[in-house]
Amino acid sequence: MLFDALTLQLGYNATLVAIGAALLGIAAGATGTFLFLRKRALVSDAISHATLPGVGLAFIVMVALGGDGRSLLGLMIGSATSAALGLLAVHWISTRTRLAEDAAIGAVLSVFFGAGIVLLTVIQTMETGRQAGLESFLLGATAGMLFSDAVTIAVGGAITLALVILLRRPMTLAAFDPTFAATTGMNLRAIDLATMGLALAVTIIGLKIVGLILIVALLIIPAVTARFWTDQSDRMVVLAGVFGGLAGYIGAAISASAPALPTGPIIVLVATALFATSLFLAPDRGLLAALVRHLRYRRLVHIRQGLLALAQGLPIYERYSLHLLVKAGLARRDGVATPEGRAEAAKALRDEARWAAARQGQSFEAAAALYDGLRPLESVLTPDELAGIDARLGPPKGVPG
Amino acid sequence: MGEEFVILSLVPLLIGILAASACALPGNFLILRRQALIGDAISHVVLPGIVAAFLVTGATSAMPMLIGAALAALAAVILIEAVTRLGKIEPGAAMGVVFTAMFAGGVLLLEMSDTSAVHLDVEHALYGNLESLIWIEATGWASLTDPAALAGLPPELGRIALSALFVSLFTFILWRPLALATFDEGFARTQGVPTAALGLALVMVAAVAAVAAFDAVGSIIVIAMFICPPAAARLMTDRLGHQIAWSVGFATLSAVLGYVLAGYGPLWLGADDAVSAAGMIATVSGAILGVACLAGPRRRGVSAA
Repeated sequence: MLFDALTLQLGYNATLVAIGAALLGIAAGATGTFLFLRKRALVSDAISHATLPGVGLAFIVMVALGGDGRSLLGLMIGSATSAALGLLAVHWISTRTRLAEDAAIGAVLSVFFGAGIVLLTVIQTMETGRQAGLESFLLGATAGMLFSDAVTIAVGGAITLALVILLRRPMTLAAFDPTFAATTGMNLRAIDLATMGLALAVTIIGLKIVGLILIVALLIIPAVTARFWTDQSDRMVVLAGVFGGLAGYIGAAISASAPALPTGPIIVLVATALFATSLFLAPDRGLLAALVRHLRYRRLVHIRQGLLALAQGLPIYERYSLHLLVKAGLARRDGVATPEGRAEAAKALRDEARWAAARQGQSFEAAAALYDGLRPLESVLTPDELAGIDARLGPPKGVPG
Repeated sequence: MGEEFVILSLVPLLIGILAASACALPGNFLILRRQALIGDAISHVVLPGIVAAFLVTGATSAMPMLIGAALAALAAVILIEAVTRLGKIEPGAAMGVVFTAMFAGGVLLLEMSDTSAVHLDVEHALYGNLESLIWIEATGWASLTDPAALAGLPPELGRIALSALFVSLFTFILWRPLALATFDEGFARTQGVPTAALGLALVMVAAVAAVAAFDAVGSIIVIAMFICPPAAARLMTDRLGHQIAWSVGFATLSAVLGYVLAGYGPLWLGADDAVSAAGMIATVSGAILGVACLAGPRRRGVSAA
């Protein structure tokens, strides 16, 4: 069943939903990257909650004009309007008053959402409102989605994605170095506005599939996930798009494969699974890589300190140091150095002495800054410089057995 | 007025006021510490907490659910901190990852488990049902002294009153260290204030307020009350004590005005049915904040004052 869904063989509607969700996920991941880099990820939470009163008002207006009230395009226009108002309110509160942006975000999202709930209860009492099903916009619902709705979502996702590709240069610059961007004559406010506009577009398009409470996850999680895999913004945008697209596609497919699996939450949980995997397994920035790095470092420190102790004829108190030395064949269990151990210890001692000499004068200032107690000086200085230091130190001392 | 008011409106009004004030108190510190959105995160993870508690105990009794919600809040705070530190991710984004993921998990659990027999659904979790908390046993104002009638009070009232008391005591007893740590964390540390523990305690107290309020009024009001009254109060004064007094005043005003407007507003406009009280209370608190933004004497901060 799941395989059928993943290979788009679960019927026309499920296929449309999966493709729409994938496009939406790609657009959301790419857009979210710029929000994340600009450290404004949670602004999208205000945007998404602020759509609710627009949905309600649009329904009421459409019914008052004699329409059906459930036209997705009409509801999307309404939600875009109120979300834009919410965005303006966040901007206005955080620039014109002493309140910080986080307070502005929280205030806007809760108040707009509250007003939206009031409108929903008004609609429930209306003649046509009982079957309006506007609650489905809270958590998204794809069951019984109309063909025209699916097309609207797919087209909207594609347009948003095209805009992201078009605007990626100025948005990257604004995210990394706003001051420089401004000096090169870019209109920062316009760029920020465009970024927010794209986030708004993603939110509106995602209302039907993911729902307004969870759409913010699709803007944040893929971008954060992508951050683990690269340090380059171009790649990060692409990766975030891939993660978002995967989450949308797989999530929609899973949810189509069984009843009672709500689409929005499943998509978010797939995105979360990708995030958790990256958090643990990503090279360099992942937890596993960090753990390996830490253990390797600890090992080197222990061996080095053990060798220095041997060189100075001191007992090795650290059991882990002794264990490592024994395993490497450098010492015996009772803490006495083997011939190889004596050679290595002499080398370590010589290196320490060289470092001490190098760090004393001004001549090797740049190299001396690299001292970390592990790196051999040979790897930092040229043979000639090393010979100069050795000349001052005299011949190397052996380690007595 | 009189009998009908006591039966239908007294208890919801009291619960509304207590819930709003209990959330507004810690909200003051959260706003000043730039942690306003912690309230947002907490109120989202309450849902997975109560669903998990329901699945574990199989009952909808209040205590396990409150404990489940509190544990979920604690888990969320720890996870946010873990993602921030371990993943070197900006705190705002880390928060966004954690609370949306937990909320999604909660919704999924709820949809997949058989909760049709009990009163547990997403809409209820979001905007509660303040209007339904009526005092059936009451016969009039005299019931306030009648033990038999008092025993029939909705249990939510007792719980929110206890939490409000707890939150007030916390604020009152730890006033000095809290104020110190909020305004100058470095200085507070030199004075021997355990700022990290205090910060966690503040978040946990906020969680207690959120969970108790959620029980009665739903999560959207919780976020609104964490942020709007303290934010409006912040624009009225530069003194912390005054700010807290203003915030409780604004919270009370929001609860009363919101409840009355939701219950009677539609009647005045010629409609028959009341609208959501929780939504209206949030809306009123937003209106108060709006007025404060336009006209609050300290809206521009100290430098421009």
